[in-house]
Amino acid sequence: MKLAIIMSGFGGQGVMSMGQLLAYAAMDEGREVTWLPSYGPEMRGGAAYCTVVVSDRPVGSPLTTRPDACIIMNRPSLDKFEEAVKPGGILVLNTSLCDRLPGRDDLTLVALPVTDIASDLGDFRVANMVALGAFLEVEPVVKSSSVLEALKKTLPEHRRHLLPLNEKALEAGALEARKRLQDRTA
Amino acid sequence: MKRERVLMKGNEALAEAAVRAGCRYFFGYPITPQNEIPEYMSRRLPEVGGQFVQAESEVAAINMLYGAGGAGARAMTSSSSPGISLKQEGISYMAAAEVPGLIVNMTRGGPGLGGIQPAQSDYHQATRGGGHGDYRTIVFGPATVQEMVDLVGKAFDLADRYRTPVVIVGDGMLGQIMEPVVLPDPVDPDRLPPKPWATTGARGRRPNLINSLHLAAAECEELNRRLEAKYSEIRANEQMAEIVHPGADYFVVAYGTTARICREAVGQAREEGLSVGLLRPITLWPFPTKAFEEALETAKGFLTVEMSLGQMVDDVRLSVGGRAPVRFYGRTGGVVPSAEEVLGEIRRMVEEGDEGR
Repeated sequence: MKLAIIMSGFGGQGVMSMGQLLAYAAMDEGREVTWLPSYGPEMRGGAAYCTVVVSDRPVGSPLTTRPDACIIMNRPSLDKFEEAVKPGGILVLNTSLCDRLPGRDDLTLVALPVTDIASDLGDFRVANMVALGAFLEVEPVVKSSSVLEALKKTLPEHRRHLLPLNEKALEAGALEARKRLQDRTA
Repeated sequence: MKRERVLMKGNEALAEAAVRAGCRYFFGYPITPQNEIPEYMSRRLPEVGGQFVQAESEVAAINMLYGAGGAGARAMTSSSSPGISLKQEGISYMAAAEVPGLIVNMTRGGPGLGGIQPAQSDYHQATRGGGHGDYRTIVFGPATVQEMVDLVGKAFDLADRYRTPVVIVGDGMLGQIMEPVVLPDPVDPDRLPPKPWATTGARGRRPNLINSLHLAAAECEELNRRLEAKYSEIRANEQMAEIVHPGADYFVVAYGTTARICREAVGQAREEGLSVGLLRPITLWPFPTKAFEEALETAKGFLTVEMSLGQMVDDVRLSVGGRAPVRFYGRTGGVVPSAEEVLGEIRRMVEEGDEGR
């Protein structure tokens, strides 16, 4: 088993944290994992992204040009990564901040208004958790309970009160993804 | 009890490993992609009674390391390519004065200011001494965060044992990546072997002198001979390499980040039925010539892959000594080769055999 995931969005949307949480969760479940940020002079309003590779064996390249899945949080990220996703791969798309849909029809697409869902829950900053919840619904590479455990371990004391909100966001993302996948198969 | 795996960024894991190896002094100047090392040290060293100094320049930082090492402390500096160039004078002085210390280079694309993405184009500089004069430094080129962490303690031990500066060459990717890592047990710096040569204040003994100036030619030659004797001992005893799939017909040779990419490509090539292994130097100096002797028992050809346009390949050619063809594939300037590219080169090597010499 080996899965390479790229997560991409504006700086501040929590894509680095989202990737780290997935990496922590995978490690805690006994997997091998790498997390690699895009570092450098990223343009404001452009795409900041990270690559997470989860595997049963030690990870060779922590980079990928053909990710199995992409979590796309804004329009520049879709433009950058749409063509890269492996045929048959997964694309989770935040339609709140993206004014077009992917042109490809060979992907499992989960398009949902991630930022709006997060705002309805009370804080747009949990958008990353909504997106991660949606992704894990399609590709349960780790249990969402492991993600929450990882969050518990990594959140500083004065942020612990945000745990319930993050849990709700994960669940909301999963629920929306489930609905959308059912609609399509119906 | 199995020790806990923690998820850490390469730069931070290296810094923590240094603290656990007894390093109590860090001197540096910021540069991407290694800034997490000084950042981590600035927070961590005061907790263990150490000192963090952000120097006014790389030149100042390396000379502070020279001073701390001369006083007998476990100390380090870190930088990235252009900053490491600035440190070369100090490293040469340390080698001449036989002062131990750890220098970390999270290499980025060059020459000049270059870029900030991963590269391996400082290989020549690292393995040929780098500064002026007839000297070498021990150089490690780890491929994973775990290996880098494990080599930090060894680097300090060898620096002390041979009284010589030791270099760890990573790259931007190894510095920035997060991987699970098991950290080593802490070493108490007060319980390390004594350093009777150090300048610790001459109370009750004759003064020690740390110096690299020898105006009499014969005296300077004598120093060089003594250093060379030490380097010969290091060449004989400290080579490290990993051979994956020994007995293969062909070998890919790569170190650091490139080696892990090549490992993936080698795995794919073997699934296609190609008899390919990986020879991964862990010490870049001393270059692991013994591993090449082992590989040459079956090897019909070598493919060196680097994030440069061909530097380590010189050492591969010297080690192979014309006994098999040596090919080269490189990306540079911050571009990281993909496993697919390397797989293509492996296929070509096997198809063309001797033609590619």
